[in-house]
Amino acid sequence: MIIKKSELSSFLDKLTGQYQVLAPVKKGLEFYFQPISSGVQADLSYSNSVTAPKGILFPQSETLFNYDVQGETADMQECLDTGKKVIFGLRPCDAKSLVLLDKVFHGEKYQDPYYLSRRANTVLVGLGCGEPRGTCFCASLDGGPFGTEGLDLLLVDIGDKYVVEVVSEKGASFLTGASLPLAGKDDRAAAAKAKETAFQACTINLEGLKEKMDVNYDDPVWGFLHEKCLGCGACTYSCPTCHCFDILDEVKDSTGCRVRNWDACMFPLFTLHGSGHNPRPTGKERFRQRFMHKFKYFVDNYGAFACVGCGRCILNCPVNIDIRQVLADIKAGGDEK
Amino acid sequence: MQVASLIQDAAKRLLAEGQVELVLGFSEGSLPLRSTPGFVRRPEDAVKLIWDHTCENNLAVYLLKRKSKTAIVAKGCDTRAIVTLIQENQVDRNNLYIIGVPCTGMIDRRKVEALLEGQELMAARVDHDQLTVEGKDLEKTVPLAEVLHDTCKACTCPNPVIYDELAGERVPEKPAGDFNGIEAFEAMMAGERKAYLAEELSRCIRCYACRQACPLCYCEECFVDCSTPQWIGKAARTEDNLLFQAVRVFHLAGRCADCGACERACPVGLKLSLLTRKMVKEVKDLFDYEAGLDLERKPVLTTFAVNDPQAFLVKE
Repeated sequence: MIIKKSELSSFLDKLTGQYQVLAPVKKGLEFYFQPISSGVQADLSYSNSVTAPKGILFPQSETLFNYDVQGETADMQECLDTGKKVIFGLRPCDAKSLVLLDKVFHGEKYQDPYYLSRRANTVLVGLGCGEPRGTCFCASLDGGPFGTEGLDLLLVDIGDKYVVEVVSEKGASFLTGASLPLAGKDDRAAAAKAKETAFQACTINLEGLKEKMDVNYDDPVWGFLHEKCLGCGACTYSCPTCHCFDILDEVKDSTGCRVRNWDACMFPLFTLHGSGHNPRPTGKERFRQRFMHKFKYFVDNYGAFACVGCGRCILNCPVNIDIRQVLADIKAGGDEK
Repeated sequence: MQVASLIQDAAKRLLAEGQVELVLGFSEGSLPLRSTPGFVRRPEDAVKLIWDHTCENNLAVYLLKRKSKTAIVAKGCDTRAIVTLIQENQVDRNNLYIIGVPCTGMIDRRKVEALLEGQELMAARVDHDQLTVEGKDLEKTVPLAEVLHDTCKACTCPNPVIYDELAGERVPEKPAGDFNGIEAFEAMMAGERKAYLAEELSRCIRCYACRQACPLCYCEECFVDCSTPQWIGKAARTEDNLLFQAVRVFHLAGRCADCGACERACPVGLKLSLLTRKMVKEVKDLFDYEAGLDLERKPVLTTFAVNDPQAFLVKE
């Protein structure tokens, strides 16, 4: 099927009646995934959003339930988001990140109702990357500029229209009734060509990384890698796969709510015990944790690297810590070169 | 001689002679128009140090809690932060060797990005006072002065105020600071200003990059991290984001070096200098004081003078 670019906004307009539609919206120089009320607000001329669309399914802050305590009893209302959503135009790397988050929130040991409710009610319409950025390395992490993992539909830009490829049954039923014209032979050929010519300049070699990280906990490399890290959360909060959170109660008199907020292993407070002891007392331990979690613990637990190669951490780091260089340094190990 | 060579020579000498254990400077970054802080401990590594219009970080932030003898490459604004840190007993002057660098301003990548009409920056070069940037199929040359950070454009302190040696020639001092952007901000009606700030801070992701990049934000426990009592909502809600920035700026009153490190660190491009520079202006107007310009002058909020303005006092 195809969507003509000239008809994209009217296509989205129709969707906004049935779904909450979230699409890239330009604000200043940056793009953010935001709910749109009209198709013209969506701007697909973007490379990627500043922060990852994971925040739609796993918001930075969400109320889990509200309560009102009356004497011996309490009245409780759970806040389960069951609204139907469409994330329109997300990049394949970000779609893949949701497959990784599924492993955590839809795991054997734990089922997260808040995430899963949103996930089940959300249709993911991806947009292939004709021009990956210089900081993109998804192809090195089992993905690719036109990867479909996690998506329901994939759009391929062929100039004045998008070829819509159906990836999942959910995607197929989403299109039922949309009465989109079928893609012609030429369209399909153009889409195939677009996929072929998409060039990702950057690759990283992850061979041997996990094996190295199985044994390098005390490697001197950690002693200098973290040095310039400021200890902010710009990397983790823009990362599509980071998923650590903190839960707290906001209470006023007898009423309150339980809130879940993103948290980050880069902050000292993340591991500070009530006793005052902190098992990750300095930047070294915190920096090591971030990389261990992504490239060792997550592999041990779920069999995949917790990185999709979107490059946001590279672009957003205030001191230009580049994950590609960090991984190379980890592999090399030893003292400062 | 090139400033970079002067810095490298100084670093090499200081390390070889054992005068310092560490030199904090700038190294080449991994992306066009990006440098990265460089930590040099061996004389032979001094060649890694660079100097150009991308050395925008305020390295004074790395001096906190450092016990060993350290040398630092510092611009005018960086030295202002160092002066305040010395005054506040956070940095021991005797442990510090300052390689001061006269500065003609740092490039604001967001301004460069705006020039490129959405294309990715592939390469950049500075030739005298012109910057040429390349996108995929676009090349533009602009006067360097146009793409400097706003804080650099308004900077009144291009030369280091304190140093042990100077790398390069002093640059012409600039006239008293202009508060152009701030005056427009002040001229807004209260409601308008509140709406503007709310819109701006709705994008804040509470990553605290601003706080972490600031050399003067060194509280052992930041008020946002307190849990007993909890001063501020932990959720990234606009009203709490506003409160965070408001308190941060108040806490920096009379201390902020006006270096712009907070704004440069922000991943979502919040115009934080509007707030910090408004406070710099307030302090200057009220007390004729600018932080970090004079090591001998007592920090303004630690002193009292009978003629201090007291407009805030309720009088009968």
